[in-house]
Amino acid sequence: MNYHWNWGIFFDLSENGRDTWLALLFHGLGWTLLTALCAGIIALVVGSVVGVVRTTPNRWAVRIGNGYVEIFRNIPLLVQLFLWYFVFPEVIPKGMGDAIKAMHPPWASFVPAVIGLGLFTSARVAEQVRAGIQSLPRGQSMAGTALGLTLPQTYRYVLLPMAYRIILPPMTSEVMNLIKNTSVALTIGLIELTAAARSMQEFTFQVFEAFTAATVIYIVVNLVVVTIMRWVERRVSVPGFIGPAVAGGGH
Amino acid sequence: MGAFDFEVIERSLRYLFFDGMAFTLKLTAMAALGGIFFGTLLAMMRLSSHKWLSRPATAYVNLMRSVPLLLVIFWFYFLVPFIGGWITGSGRPIQVGGFASSVITFIMFEAAYYSEIMRAGIQSIPRGQVWAGYALGLDYWQSMGNIVLPQAFRNMLPILLTQTIILFQDTSLVYVLSITDFLGAASKIAQRDGRLVEMYTFAALVYFVVSIALSYCVKRLQRRIAIVR
Repeated sequence: MNYHWNWGIFFDLSENGRDTWLALLFHGLGWTLLTALCAGIIALVVGSVVGVVRTTPNRWAVRIGNGYVEIFRNIPLLVQLFLWYFVFPEVIPKGMGDAIKAMHPPWASFVPAVIGLGLFTSARVAEQVRAGIQSLPRGQSMAGTALGLTLPQTYRYVLLPMAYRIILPPMTSEVMNLIKNTSVALTIGLIELTAAARSMQEFTFQVFEAFTAATVIYIVVNLVVVTIMRWVERRVSVPGFIGPAVAGGGH
Repeated sequence: MGAFDFEVIERSLRYLFFDGMAFTLKLTAMAALGGIFFGTLLAMMRLSSHKWLSRPATAYVNLMRSVPLLLVIFWFYFLVPFIGGWITGSGRPIQVGGFASSVITFIMFEAAYYSEIMRAGIQSIPRGQVWAGYALGLDYWQSMGNIVLPQAFRNMLPILLTQTIILFQDTSLVYVLSITDFLGAASKIAQRDGRLVEMYTFAALVYFVVSIALSYCVKRLQRRIAIVR
């Protein structure tokens, strides 16, 4: 096959004339991680609130929470990002819309990407939080009430501490999904890792080197995330309850 | 930008659905069928006692699951012509259309996800049933095909369909190859007529209605086919 491999390409100067291609890829990785981190914080906060609301005794609150999750789960992420990037600035009051449109290049894509990814992921987090709380025996919230705790206190001191520990393993895959999903932000102009590999491919024609590098970086990031989350699971596990596949056979 | 213009949507309905949505549904159907077929094979390989079968399958599934779909789309877009040239022995990359390229991409990518579902499905069948099959003189393929897989499919059907709804939404990502799927069609009209708000809102609405209707059907199906034990 007439494909010319050239692995040295990573150390050549990139089209911007200052950095090597390798530096550009890591620059992209930086944006990937920063986007995932900011979106992750939004997802955790909003998702926890919505997830808790869906387990409260208030039927209307549950319905609104369910509706929220259905909306964000049934529209493709790419379309959601387009809504935040193209549509949102047009439908809010003109002054605010113009202020958003006047943002400088990386931020003009970064902010909608963070909002879009954050809310998209929040629906998935909400689903996990709800499942975690509902997996607890009903007697736990009853015991909270019997002890004289208010509903918020029951959540704060009885239900949530266990629910969060239970959902840590599925949350690990949500973190990895979120990191992978940041690649969709390239469609609204964010130069994250996949976009950096793509631009390297467009300028150098070294298709397979560029994509191999991006693939390897994604795999390494995955491994790091899994390792960190395993460590967190071990750190916070309550002895005698759920834990990381019972390290050492328990007590 | 003026008021919300319904007319631009009305004018383009034919194009949106007969060109765009037709492509999206065709891609979804082919990727789902191919993905479930190869996914089942991958699951059987992973559960094999032969290491040279289970290890490559595990590696493939883990690789596909740790890389974003967009990167996989780019990979295959450039890789398929080379592989095609290599298979046909022409020594040159062959021309592969956007449709063929995206069908292959989605089959290969989704196979990894379907294989995880099928693996759980196969493992949900008690071991004794396979042994009973062997005791009756069936070979591996016969006991798989007649005993294990029919039950595994039935148990996993709701999850397989839910994954297919996700696949339906994911096909919108072929947008990056400038293919006219439903979103691609909406985006072309949006840009031609300067009607981004109308077209993207409408696209979101259509995806939402289709996905939610399908997941409602899956829920009903789930209740109907549940095996009472």
